[in-house]
This record gives sequence, C-alpha cells and structure tokens, in this order.
Amino acid sequence: MFLHEARLKRQTLFDSLFRNLTRLAALGVLLLLASILFSLVMGSMPAIHAFGFGFLASPDWDPVNDKFGALIPIIGTLVTSGIALLIAIPVSFGIALFLTELSPRALRRPLGVAIELLAGIPSIIYGMWGLFVFAPLFADHIEPWINDHIGTMPYVGPFFSGPPMGIGILTASIILAIMVIPFISSVMRDVFDVVPAMLKESAYGLGSTTWEVMMSIVLPYTKVGVAGGIMLGLGRALGETMAVTFVIGNAHELSKSLLNPGNSISSALANEFTEAVGDLYTSSLIELGLILFFITFVVLSIARYMLYKLGQREGKAS
Amino acid sequence: MFDLYARRRLTNAIGLSISVVAMAFGLFWLCWILWTLLVHGLPAMTPAVFDKMTPPPGSSGGLFNAIYGSVMMTIGGTLIGTPIGIMAGTYLAEFGHRGWLAPITRFINDILLSAPSIVIGLFIYEVYVVHVKHFSGWAGTFALAIIVIPIVIRTTENMLRLVPSTLREAAAALGAPQWKIISFVTLRAARAGIITGVMLAIARISGETAPLLFTSLNNQFWNDNMNQPMANLPVVIFQFAMSPYEDWQKLAWAGALLITTSVLTLNILARVLFRQSTSTH
Repeated sequence: MFLHEARLKRQTLFDSLFRNLTRLAALGVLLLLASILFSLVMGSMPAIHAFGFGFLASPDWDPVNDKFGALIPIIGTLVTSGIALLIAIPVSFGIALFLTELSPRALRRPLGVAIELLAGIPSIIYGMWGLFVFAPLFADHIEPWINDHIGTMPYVGPFFSGPPMGIGILTASIILAIMVIPFISSVMRDVFDVVPAMLKESAYGLGSTTWEVMMSIVLPYTKVGVAGGIMLGLGRALGETMAVTFVIGNAHELSKSLLNPGNSISSALANEFTEAVGDLYTSSLIELGLILFFITFVVLSIARYMLYKLGQREGKAS
Repeated sequence: MFDLYARRRLTNAIGLSISVVAMAFGLFWLCWILWTLLVHGLPAMTPAVFDKMTPPPGSSGGLFNAIYGSVMMTIGGTLIGTPIGIMAGTYLAEFGHRGWLAPITRFINDILLSAPSIVIGLFIYEVYVVHVKHFSGWAGTFALAIIVIPIVIRTTENMLRLVPSTLREAAAALGAPQWKIISFVTLRAARAGIITGVMLAIARISGETAPLLFTSLNNQFWNDNMNQPMANLPVVIFQFAMSPYEDWQKLAWAGALLITTSVLTLNILARVLFRQSTSTH
C-alpha cells in the first residue's frame, strides 16, 4: 500500500516536471521574440541617439561623414513589395481558382505541389537566376519597350523611363512577385476550400456560372482569409533578402524611375553589414533591421488576426 | 434576354481562361528556373566539386569545405531546434486549452515563422558574435536553430491535434500518467507528421543565406572547428556568383544545383512520407 502511494507520488512529480518542461519551451518562444526586440533596440541605440526620429525621414547615407538615414531603403522595401503584390495577387487568385474549381481531380495535387515547390526554391537561387538570366533578357527585350511605350505616356511616364540596365527596382519587384505567388495562392486555395459546398451548389443550382460563384459567393465568404493571405505574402516580400540583393542594384539613390537601381532594407544589410566600420555605421544598419522587424511584425500580426477571424467564423458555421 | 446570357457566358469564359493563364504563368517560372539550373549547373558538376576546397579567384577548385560546413550547421541547427520545438508544440497541443500562455505563444510563433531571416542573423550577431568577438560555425548553427523552432512547433501542434482524443482517454483509463500518455501514445501516434515537419525545416534552413552572412561568415580553407568562421554553400554561392571570375561563377552554379536538388527532394520526400502515413491510419 505504501509502495503504491510512493509510486503514485513519483508519477505525479514526473507529470508536473513534464508539464513545466514543455511550458518552459513555450515560454522560450516568447522570450526569444522579446530578446530579438531588446537586442535590436540596444544595438541601434547609438544611431537612435545620434539621429533621433530624423533617421526615418533622411535620405542621407554617407559612411565617410557618418551621416545615415533610412528613407531610401524604407521606400525601396515598400515599393518593391507593393509592386510585387500588384502582380502576385491576381495571379495567385487565378491559380487558387484553377486549383479549387477548374483543375481535373487527378491533376489537382501534383499542380498544387508544383506551385508549392516554387516556394521551396531557396531565395539565393532566385537571385542568381534573376541576375544571370532574367535581368539580361529584361534589359534587352522588355525595358526598351517599356521606355518607348509606357515611358512616353503622361503622368506615369517618368516612373517607367530610364536606362535599360536590367537591374533595378522593377526587376526586383517582379522576382519578389514570383516568390510570393506560392504563399498567397496556397492560403487562397485553403480558404476557398472551407466554403461550404452547399453555398456553392445553391448558387450553381440557381444557374450561376463558375465565375459568378467565385465572385459573389466564394470571395465574399472568404474575404477576411484572402486578405490575411495577402498580408502574409506582403510579410514575406518585405523581409526577402537574397533575391532582392542580387538584382536591386544596391544604390543609395532616390529616383522616380522604377528602372533605376535602388536599395531595400534587407539588401542594404546583406551588402554592407560585414563591411561596416565604425559603431555608428553598424548601429545604423541594426536600426534598419529593427525598422524592418517592426514593419513585418505589424503586417504579419494583421495577417494572423484576419486568418484567425476567418477560422472563428468557420467554427461557428459548422 | 439572349444578350444577358451571352454576356455572362463571355465573362465566365474570360475569367476562367485568365485563371488557366495564371496557372501556366506560375508553372512557367518553376520550369524556367529549374531549366536554367540544369543548363548551367550540370556542366559545372565535376568530381572536383566534391573533393577540392573553394579556390582563390581565378583558379579552379571545388566546394568540399562549403558542403561540409553546410551539412554540419544544418545538422547542428536541427538538433538544437527540434527538441525545443517539439516540447513547445506539445505544450500548445496538450496543455494549451486554457490560460494566457498558449494563445500568445501560438500568435508569436506564427509571426516568427515568417519573420525576416536576416533579422535572425542580426540578433545572433548582437547576442553572440559581438560577445565572443569572432564569427563562427556555432553562431550560424544557432541562427539556423532559431529558424527551425517555429516550423517544428507549428507542425508538432497540428499533428498532435490530429491524434484522436479516444487514444488519450484509453491510455488514461489504463492508469497511465500524463507524461507517459503524451510521450508514449500521442507523440508516437503523431510521429510521421512530426518527422515531416522536421524535414521541411531542414529543407528550409539548408537554403538559408541571409542569417549566415553575419554569423558563420565564410572561410576559404578547410575548417572543422565549429568555433571558427565556417564556409557554407549559400554564402559561397552568394560570394562566387557576385564575383567577376568565371571559375567562381561556375562553382556557384554547381552549388546552386546541389542545394536546389537537395531542398526540393526533401520537400517532395516529406510530402510523400506524410501522405503514406496518413493514408494507412
């Protein structure tokens, strides 16, 4: 009897040990995020002291005179990601529509996997391919055309005229678009799949075409999830480093034209961090990292919030 | 009346054709990139790639030290990250029904899952490299481990949730304590799914470049000391591809083909394994 109680006690002890060990690991995740934030803030303190909030709005980037500002990389990051989304959203929608409604059942899985493999290719490969294959073609065949046709239009012209070098903001945006398509389209496909079949069948029964079912039933039903998927893709695009570094041109210049080289936060970090001399230079780069982390944190939080909301509604409906 | 139908049918046809075009557009890039890799990578794949060290500019050599470094850091990162990830994932799935910790952890983990990897590199630089005052293989390993953790947490939690609660109840009815139920019944039932997650994590980190730039850096010579800067495939590819030397660029293509084949193979294997294990249940 005593033996039995001792055993029970030991097992209870093990239980609480086990529970607390796993809880510790979960706490570790929170701690990890907190320490990432803390270390970035600490690392950027010298730059924050030196430049204050002016850092965000200053286009300077002058390592010789120790004058730094984040405006150009921030704009580069936002513009490349924005253009990437403009291209990726309609394409991803098309792919998700194809995979959920049009594709023959046998092809559905292999095609879905193929698109997901696009997300599996390491970003450095995109960068190499972009630099050696895509950029030369783009410079020889597409950029001259853009210059002649779009570059001469009123209003939008200045954004699309420039030297056809192949390397620049527009090239980086296109490659980013290819990279985020699999993320957005797989979220879209997943949320399209949660639409109750009865809703769709009712619309078909009333004589709707596939396109009409998509536009007036599926999209309204899943709009929160679709927006979440888009934000998720945006988060990816903002933080993407290697592919952009290869093709953006790494020039600290603010120019109107999308064909000119520019810079993004992540490519500035990748190119300059190991070569940065002086505390202020390093610290300014770390502050860039902090800004990038902050922007992606906000975007990803919104994305998750939206996807949770869709998940909740799904729970209620069933 | 006829007009309306014709117009609706036309809209439908246009919409659906655009969708087909979008699908083709996606596949087109995949094929083009893979084709480029084969065209440039295959001729560069010589035996020297696997048994010579990375060369100085302008001469030929191989990638042996870089391959070794990548393998070591990937293994190290996986070994450190996996147990932590599995434990935290277990907490979320098995104990996370009430309280404040689980929902917040889940949320933070989802954010870490897609956080920019270059920031992870900066973090390790700040907390480790700055203090030991030199770049090292360990620093690279830690950075990769941080990328592994959220992926493993996510898959572990999802897979444990798929285990029917009747299994847990059966074990509990036999008098098994909770730690035994979890480690010998539910985790074991979810094994295949968790392994899939780990494989996907390995695939992810073996191509990661950004977090290694400021942590492991690079090393032109043979080095098996994890406490020294270590060569690794992604950073070597980055350096060689950006260089003007033809020999280096060729090696970069060979490395690129190597990485992509292993990453895609892991990806496909993980999917096949997962499908087999779920279909037999």
